[in-house]
Formats: sequence, C-alpha cells, structure tokens
Amino acid sequence: MTNFPLKSLFFGAVVMGLVAATGSAQAAGACAEGKTIEAGKLTIATGNPAYYPWVVDDKPEDGKGFEAAVAYAVADKMGFAKDEVMWVRSSFDEAIQPGAKNFDFNLQQFSITPERDKVVDFSEPYYSAAMAVLVRKGSVDAGAKPELASLKGLKWGAVAGTTGLPVVLDLIKPNSDPLLYDDNANVTEAMKSGQIDAALFDLPTALYLAAVVLDDGVVLGQFPADRTEKPDQFGLLMADGNPLKACVDEALEALKADGSLAKIEAEWLQEATGVPVIK
Amino acid sequence: MMPEARGKEAEGAREKPKLSLVGVTKTFGQQAVLRGVNLDASKGEMVCLIGPSGSGKSTLLRCINLLEPIDEGFVYLDGEDISEPGLKPGPIRRRIGIVFQSFNLFPHMTALANVTLAPRRIHGRSEREMRPAAEALFTRFGLGDHLDKYPDQLSGGQQQRVAIIRALAMQPEVMLFDEITSALDPELVGEVLDVLRQLREDGMTMVIATHEMAFARDAADRVCFIDEGVIAEQGPPEAIFAAPKNRRTQSFLRRVLRRGGVHEAP
Amino acid sequence: MNRREKYEARQRRWSILIAAASTIATLAAIVILVPMAPGWSRVQQSFFSGEVFLKTLPKMLEAFLVDIAIFAWSTPLIAIVGLAAALARSTRSPGLFPLRVFGTIFVDVFRGVPVVLVIYLIGFGVPGLGLPRPWNSPYIWGTVALVLTYSAYVAEILRGGIDSVHPSQRAAGISLGLSESDVMRYIVLPQAVRRVVPANMNMLIALQKDVALLSFIGPVEILRQAGVYKSLLANFTPYVVAAVVFLAVTVPATRYTDYLMNRQNDARS
Repeated sequence: MTNFPLKSLFFGAVVMGLVAATGSAQAAGACAEGKTIEAGKLTIATGNPAYYPWVVDDKPEDGKGFEAAVAYAVADKMGFAKDEVMWVRSSFDEAIQPGAKNFDFNLQQFSITPERDKVVDFSEPYYSAAMAVLVRKGSVDAGAKPELASLKGLKWGAVAGTTGLPVVLDLIKPNSDPLLYDDNANVTEAMKSGQIDAALFDLPTALYLAAVVLDDGVVLGQFPADRTEKPDQFGLLMADGNPLKACVDEALEALKADGSLAKIEAEWLQEATGVPVIK
Repeated sequence: MMPEARGKEAEGAREKPKLSLVGVTKTFGQQAVLRGVNLDASKGEMVCLIGPSGSGKSTLLRCINLLEPIDEGFVYLDGEDISEPGLKPGPIRRRIGIVFQSFNLFPHMTALANVTLAPRRIHGRSEREMRPAAEALFTRFGLGDHLDKYPDQLSGGQQQRVAIIRALAMQPEVMLFDEITSALDPELVGEVLDVLRQLREDGMTMVIATHEMAFARDAADRVCFIDEGVIAEQGPPEAIFAAPKNRRTQSFLRRVLRRGGVHEAP
Repeated sequence: MNRREKYEARQRRWSILIAAASTIATLAAIVILVPMAPGWSRVQQSFFSGEVFLKTLPKMLEAFLVDIAIFAWSTPLIAIVGLAAALARSTRSPGLFPLRVFGTIFVDVFRGVPVVLVIYLIGFGVPGLGLPRPWNSPYIWGTVALVLTYSAYVAEILRGGIDSVHPSQRAAGISLGLSESDVMRYIVLPQAVRRVVPANMNMLIALQKDVALLSFIGPVEILRQAGVYKSLLANFTPYVVAAVVFLAVTVPATRYTDYLMNRQNDARS
C-alpha cells in the first residue's frame, strides 16, 4: 500500500516535470490550488533552531541560506509569492509522527530512507550530501589521516538520529563504540572536552562547524558518494499521501532543469569542494 | 522531729558529701529555672525531690549529669568540681547514671545490647564476656527471660528496669532518676520502685525526682521540696509529710493528697 | 462465621465484583473502540509493530545493561555522599559551623538545579578543563553529576530521619558517657536509616529512570538506543520496548517499596 504512491508519483513527477519545465509559474500555482493546508498560502517547516549554511541566522523568512533559498525557489515555481510563504518550526519527531501535519512540506536535511518513506512522503532530492569527517587539529597532529584504517582508531561520536550513524558503524567500523548525542552542539561540545576525536556530518554542516563552532576544527576528508552504500539525499518531507507532492516534485524538477538549483547550491555551499576524499 | 533532723545534717557535715550542689542557677532564655540550689547527698543516701511540675526537678538532675551546662554555682562529686566549663563531660557522666521518664531504651537493640552498648564502646568489652554478669543483674531484677527481647516486646515497667540496669552497667557512683514511673500504668509502678529500694540496700547514692509521695515518705532518707527553682524545704520524710513548715509545701501536699497522691506502695 | 464476618464477606465479594467489572469494561473499551478509530492502523504501525519490537529487543536489552551498570555503581556512592552531607548538616558542634554551611549550600544547589543541567555542566564542563583520556569519560563525570544531585535529595531525607529520632534517645546515649559520634553511629543513625528506607526506595526508582539522562553526554543506553532505532526505522516502537523494559524493573521495585512502607506503618500503629 505504501509503495504505490511513491513509485507512481515518481514517474508522474518526471513526466509532469518535463511538461512544466517550459510552463509558467501560473500553471504550477493552479496545481497546488486547494491542496495546501491553508488556502492561498504555502506553509513550510524547518528545524528549531535552523543552522547555517542551511538557514542564515535562524531566519528562514529572509531567504538566506541553502534551504531557505530552495524553499522560496520551490514556492515560486509552485506559484506562491514570497509573502504567501509561511514558516513554522518542527522537530524531527513531530515530522515523522503519525497524524495530521501543520506544514505543507518540511526541510531540515531529512535524508531519504526507505523506512522513513513508509511513514511519510519525500519529494525528489534537492541535494546530495557527501559525508565528511570533522576532527580537531590535535587529532591531525597526532597522525589522523583521511584513510579508513586511520579513522578506525579514533573515538567516534555522532548525532543519534542521523543517517551519519550507520555510516560510522557500517563503513568505518571504529574500534570502540561511538558515543551518541542529541544535536550538533552536543557533539562539538564533546569534541571540545576531548571525549570524542571525530564525528560524521554532511559536508556543509561539517564545514560550518569547523569554521565557526570549533576553534581548531578541521574537515579531515569526505566520503565520495559511491563509497557510501546509499548516498545521502535530502528531500522535502510531507505527510504520507500528501496530494501536493506532485506539484512539489514538478517544481524541483523545473529548478534542476533550468539550473537554478545548481546556482543556489553554488551560492551557499561553495566551500563544499576542495575537501580531500577518504581512501 | 527537729533535733533528729539536725542531728542527721550534722552527721552529714562531718563526712564529706558524695554529691554537693552550691548555688546552682540555670536560665533558659528569660526563664530562670534554677535560682540558687544548694543540695548535698551523702554516700548511700536516697534523696527524693518533690514539687509541682515545672518547679525545676528535671532540670536539676540534667544539670548534675552535665546534660545541661549550669550558669552559676558549683557541682562537686567527691569534692571535685565537675561543673567547670570546658571539662570533658564523658568520663564524669560515666560516674553518674541517669534514667528518664520515657524513650529510654534504644528500640533497635535487644535489652542485652542496650545494657552492653556503653561498656562495649568505652571499655572495649564484648557482649559475650558481659553476658553472665548482665544475666545476673537481669535475674535479680526479675528480667531473667528478657535479655534477648526488643524493647517493644517488653512492658513499660520492664523497659524502665532494663534502663536502670543499663545505667548500672557503667558502675556509676551516683544514680539520678527523673520521674521514672510517671509514664507507667499504675499497676507497673510498684515493680520499678522495688528496684530503687533494692539499690538503696546496696548503698547506692541516689537523687530521685518523683510524684510517688508514698514512696518518698516510706523509702527516702531525705525529702526536698523544690518550688520555683529553689529548695523551699528539706528534711527527713516524716518531718516533711507530717509537719511541713513552709506554706507552699503545705499547699502542695494538700493538693496531691486530695488527688490521692499518697497511697501505700504495693 | 459470626454476623459481622458474614457482612464483611458480602461487602468484599461486592467490591471484587465491581473492580473486576470496571476493569473488564475499561479494557474492552480500549481493545474494541481504539482499533475502530480511523488512524489506528497507522498508530499501531508506528508504536506497536511486533516486527520492530522483536527486531530491536536484543540490542535494546544490551543497551539496558549500560543503565544497570551506571545505576549499580551510582547507588553506593549516593549512599556515602548523601550520608556525609546529612551528617554535615546535622552536626551540632559550633566548631563545625563551616561544615554545616557547606552541607546546606550543597543540598540547596543540587536540589535546585535541573539534573540535565548538572549532567551537561559536569559531563562536558569538567572534562573540558583539559583532563586526559580516560579521565574525561562521560561515564565518570555523568556518574558524578547523578551522584551529586541524588546525594542532595538523599541527604535531606536522611536528615529528616535523623531529626525524627526523639531527642531523649540522644540524651540517653550521652548520659551513658558515649561520645557524640558513637551516639550518632550506634543510636541515632540506625533508627533514622530504618525510617527513611521507603523514601529512599522511591529515590532509587527515580534514579533508575534518570540514568537515561546520561545519554545526553554520549553513553548509548536504552533510551538513546531507542532514539537511534526511531530515526533509522521511522518508528516509535523501540520506545515502547524501552518502556516495557523499564516497567519490568520499576513495577516490582515500586510494589516492594509499598510493601515496606505498609509494614512500617503497621509497626507504628
């Protein structure tokens, strides 16, 4: 039962996306009509707080930051003006719990996984994140290298609810059990107090934490998409069976086709290049 | 009567008193409880303190045992000033036993453990080595079967007797008793007072605060009437009970006699 | 059976009947009505998935061993520190005034500050001062945080117990020539500790649950493991697994506490 909408909508979205690529915003607006939780408005949820570089200064309504910019671009393609976009905040748990949602779609670096897809719907991915290893300078001085063998010997930490954890467990297979935390702030705090050496984040987050949160943070290396079993792809999260999904996918396809998604990525996540690849 | 009383006092003066209080005062906040008490007890003498509730009898006993520090005056034990501020109280308290009205026994210990606790801690003796001697004392006071019982398995009278044995276990030179029968059911009073009589025969020096007028009259060597923090009148029991001279003694005795305070000891 | 006993037996039968009927009615309402709700299959899949339950149970039990270990080594430390703080607060000697003040500050601070904050502050803060591994372990400092917090509560419970021992008991001990410390050790404390056993059992049950808070600073115990499964499987059943495991421990403990409490009340009356 749950597989049906995903696949059929996927194909539907591709077809419609091809059609809509040349269409106007007006046409897409008609697609969303009557399907949003508040008529004439698009309600978008993000995390509380929302972090750079996804959202600048925790103010998504400014449209600054990668996810904020993507949200407004999608809204625009769907035919919503900037002032017709409403923001709400939600935690991960609120997003995946069963029952009615208070948002049309939710973006806070939700990785698309088959298990999650049984409970909620995801849009087409809007970003494929490489996983990156964050360490402090001390570990580099002590000889940590962007090689799997070297990474095994480090003490690992991760945010408990992320897809980074299986990567640590299955790909790196560290010698001692990783310690787990609620959020990025706690992981970096544990790094500062020397309780863990390394943690795995998506690359943009790792770059931000290395540059801003840690005094001596270093992004040691990144996993190329083909080294991870399933590359980590971020999707817009929607309630299971949300009729809006087709319109959202259509809008994302349009953004990919006309190159604006790549432009947004280049603007906000440009440093993501130049980090060594882990061997 | 009077010459006899004087004679006894004169006799006491020749021999140095075992316990001697001189001008003892004690104040709680604004309340002067003891206002210059002078009292001597010779070796082997049984002194009974009578008087209205709140007259200072309990406080006086607690002061002798150093449970309450006194404000002015002196307490001498064998001529030694034990009321000197700063003196270590422990060794002195071991020489002066005291038994209270209630809550005497430690409820979490057997009767034997109650009795042996202090000797064990202070003289380092074991319960086992003390058991035969303790058993003899228990038997003597009619408690031979109760060594291993807990206080809540004993009657009030039995508990008070254990408390007396416990105080005796430290081999004190003076024993103080503070209304030890007031909390007891009437039928249990006699067995406790009998113990006091036995101790008197042993020659123990005792100071007893009591409401049992018949006991004071029959058993005491000397009766002191305490009122408002001073010893208002003292003398041999016959003199105090038959012909009290002090007006307050007279009215006190009238009151307790009307209440039936004097009855024959069982 | 006399007249009164017959009457009481009748009463008893009635109350058992009423209790049974109301319990069955409530259960029936839940079992029959709830699945009729339109969202039930979704809720069932999210919270009561048998498949997820069985799949996660072994690893969850393994994670619960971490809770048990932390609990096991915290408890004796709490007893020791709590007793020390209670004694510091109960000292009478004027020379030990600073000790009394210290005890009071300790108790006020650690009872007033949320456990989570203490765990963060000590679990991240103390190692952050530059302790080398393994001395910066979150297990060590998380335990310290739990011990400090719970000792403060236990100290107050114990002090209440100490105060509840009648002053005559102390006077009786002192008058035998025992030292203040002997009186405390052999006379007051044994009685005080006995009186506060039920209250302290409640603290132990609370501690058993609060051990899970250490997961904030890294250790992967049962609640954290449940959170991981929740994220991976997008399913809340692992939390139900955790609840079942906790109940299996706390319900017998609670019943036992009630039993102790009742026995104590019976002994007093």
